[in-house]
Amino acid sequence: MSMKTSTRQVDGVTIVDCSGRITLGEGSVILRDTVRELLSKGQKKLLLNLGEVTYIDSSGIGELVSAFTTVRNQGGELKLLNLTKKVHDLLQITKLYTVFDVRDDEAGAVKAFN
Amino acid sequence: MTELRVSYTLDSTLETVDNAEQAASRIAAEAGFDEDEVMQISMAVREAAVNAVLHGNAYDPGKKVKLDFERSANDLIITIRDQGKGLDLEKIPDPLAPENLLKTSGRGIFLIRSFMDEVQILPSQTGTEIKLVKHVHGPSADVKEASQ
Repeated sequence: MSMKTSTRQVDGVTIVDCSGRITLGEGSVILRDTVRELLSKGQKKLLLNLGEVTYIDSSGIGELVSAFTTVRNQGGELKLLNLTKKVHDLLQITKLYTVFDVRDDEAGAVKAFN
Repeated sequence: MTELRVSYTLDSTLETVDNAEQAASRIAAEAGFDEDEVMQISMAVREAAVNAVLHGNAYDPGKKVKLDFERSANDLIITIRDQGKGLDLEKIPDPLAPENLLKTSGRGIFLIRSFMDEVQILPSQTGTEIKLVKHVHGPSADVKEASQ
């Protein structure tokens, strides 16, 4: 299953619901394009909901890092929501778990944006 | 566990990366590895295939990726060979170093080493060979050990 995203607005925060695989090629490109498009519209408070992401490789991890730094460099904020165990474990072993603001409660995550 | 050898010769394409991952997943599952181990093995093979296709063969249609699976009673051994210039191990940064944490690439070899029991990387001027070994920890290994 390839990567799919859909977006919704909650209290000024753009929630990006991601599903499928964030891997080298299409999956990474879709995530990159989605984040760029949102930033171009001035939407800089992004909450990536990864609850339906079934697989992520090193390219996908790199794309998450790229999204994080791109949003931050434009004065915005990116948080992660609902990590699966696989994605959680990958972020742990790559020491990125503490770099990202990781949340498991959508309402709490939305409130946490400045 | 039945002994088995399977070899593939693959093009230097993104499709090869997906095919290598799927083959690894299927063979690891058939070998009796549990769900987490199957994921680890398939991801290690995927990352090695990415290295072979992108960094080794650089998508060159004239160069192939050779993928071998060898299953024995104690191990699953996977070998991936490309026909590139040879990986420079000195140039692989530590992805866990604070200055590298926010880099967008350079985690593939680290993930391979994290997920497999043994990893040998053999670069040469005619390509790089990566040998991955996962030991069998399941019931078949226990039975074998108990009978010895």
